Amino acid sequence: MGTITLEKVTKSFGDVQVIPPLDLEINDGEFVVFVGPSGCGKSTLLRLIAGLEDVTSGEIRIDGRNATEVPPARRGLAMVFQSYALYPHMSVRKNIAFPLRMAKMDKAEQDRRVENAARVLNLSNYLDRRPGQLSGGQRQRVAIGRAIVREPAAFLFDEPLSNLDAALRVGMRMEISELHSQLETTMIYVTHDQVEAMTMADKIVVLQAGNIEQVGSPLELYHRPRNTFVAGFIGSPKMNLMSGAEADKYDATTVGVRPEHIDVTPDGPWQGRVGVAEHLGSDTFIHVHETGLAETLTVRQTGDISVRHGDMIRLTPRQDEMHRFGADGLRLE
Amino acid sequence: MATAHSRAAARIMIAPATVLLLGWMLIPLCMTLYYSFQRYRLLTPDNRGWVGFRNYERFLTNPAFQDALINTLLLVLGVLVITVVLGVLLAILLDQPMFGQGIVRILVIAPFFVMPTVSALVWKNMFMNPVNGLFAYAFEAVGLQPYDFLSQAPLASIIGIVAWQWLPFATLILLTAIQSLNSEQMEAAEMDGAGPIQRFIYITLPHLGRAITVVILIQTIFLLSIFAEILVTTNGGPGTASTNLTYLVYAESLLSFDVGEGSAGGVVAIILANIVAIFLMRMIGKNLDA
Repeated sequence: MGTITLEKVTKSFGDVQVIPPLDLEINDGEFVVFVGPSGCGKSTLLRLIAGLEDVTSGEIRIDGRNATEVPPARRGLAMVFQSYALYPHMSVRKNIAFPLRMAKMDKAEQDRRVENAARVLNLSNYLDRRPGQLSGGQRQRVAIGRAIVREPAAFLFDEPLSNLDAALRVGMRMEISELHSQLETTMIYVTHDQVEAMTMADKIVVLQAGNIEQVGSPLELYHRPRNTFVAGFIGSPKMNLMSGAEADKYDATTVGVRPEHIDVTPDGPWQGRVGVAEHLGSDTFIHVHETGLAETLTVRQTGDISVRHGDMIRLTPRQDEMHRFGADGLRLE
Repeated sequence: MATAHSRAAARIMIAPATVLLLGWMLIPLCMTLYYSFQRYRLLTPDNRGWVGFRNYERFLTNPAFQDALINTLLLVLGVLVITVVLGVLLAILLDQPMFGQGIVRILVIAPFFVMPTVSALVWKNMFMNPVNGLFAYAFEAVGLQPYDFLSQAPLASIIGIVAWQWLPFATLILLTAIQSLNSEQMEAAEMDGAGPIQRFIYITLPHLGRAITVVILIQTIFLLSIFAEILVTTNGGPGTASTNLTYLVYAESLLSFDVGEGSAGGVVAIILANIVAIFLMRMIGKNLDA
């Protein structure tokens, strides 16, 4: 079991309220990702759930029980930290067994669980090494192993992949997703990387300045962003947002169209001068200036398209993929 | 420093300091060795001559030698235990956020700035004096007989004085070590179900291992040669109750005017210090490896 409910939770540091009243429902077995720009309060929110910070007001319920005042160790949650927070003077085996040892579990059961976790995480050959002798990815796995053995109600991940290099990050991303489908345990994952959010989550919570901007599945957020912040934050490269005359045509304050929904055509309604064109092989991102719509329009074309710096091109947006936003920034249907 | 030219330049630049240091160390050492094999009494300075190992024999068979040896070890060990244990506790206390933290830290470090002779005199006259001392006053206030620390428990008193001087050093080093402890590690341990005492045993203490080693090694070097505190408080007495090796060497060479035997004592002290150093490195030196 692992349902977590936050009800009117707030957090202030001194006079500064970093989390205004916030409600959130996390269902059993869900993979929930908190995503937002740095300083948006996503880590604070995770630490509130973990119990490492006290809530200023409101209530946190875990499996229906009020856990607001329960100390972190007794909430039945396990956390994986950004720095991994392994104990450097203990072997991998002792690191993973530490929570069990603290729970005074008998030795045989400890060994069984550690061996089990090590097998799942491909750590069996490293059990007698110290964390200092492991690579970044292996340390990450040890940290996850230490979380798994407790068989917690939910896992909390605080930007666990941000210290890994790009290739390893993609690999660990898959491993964590794989682990989630194996264990079917609730996982809460904090990241500022929206690719991680999009690829791993069942449910994404987009946060800005402590406020929840939108909660939904990755594709829901992609196709129907609730406001201009979510529209600009989800998707890579970012959605092109335009206001002024172009928006008036659609009866909105702001209109947005994603780079992948603009085509380069000989007779399109928009025109502009090509700035930088990023050729990635599979895709080409063209940054178009002097369109009179926005400072830069980003256009994504599949395959290699031969445009040069300074060329004038014409563009056609796909009408059915335009997003309209009102004066308050909220989506217009 | 890769090219042959820069390496040669480096050697030339270092040479003066190396020569000076060598002279500084070697000349006194050689002279001590030389005198230790000579008959050289200041009362009969003309009666010089080689005596072989006679000085060593006399120093080692001196009934005061065994006492001095035991006292030296007790003094080092006692001060180490007090400063490390209290140092760890104080460091943890000082690491807590509190009002006036800066001032409190300076106050804690202050004893280290007081010269050994001065602090020993302050302790002797203001605290431990059986008539005018603060302790005597405190004893009388609760109706007890004043205790004459320096004559009843001379070695313990000196251990107390020296520990008071060295506690700031230990605290300072251990405090910086505690501050370098990753807070996420503590939080991880907290989530893993470790209480405050378990966190101290399993996380803080192992983390402090290297700093404690440094404290023990450095303090041992200085504690083996404690002298001023003994000279101004007990003069090594009563009898030999608070005489350590350094003081015995002083007593032989300058109170008994026997430079030869004093030098022999000095050489013995050097050898003993090295034995202690080897033991220490064997026991705790591995903590210094990264």
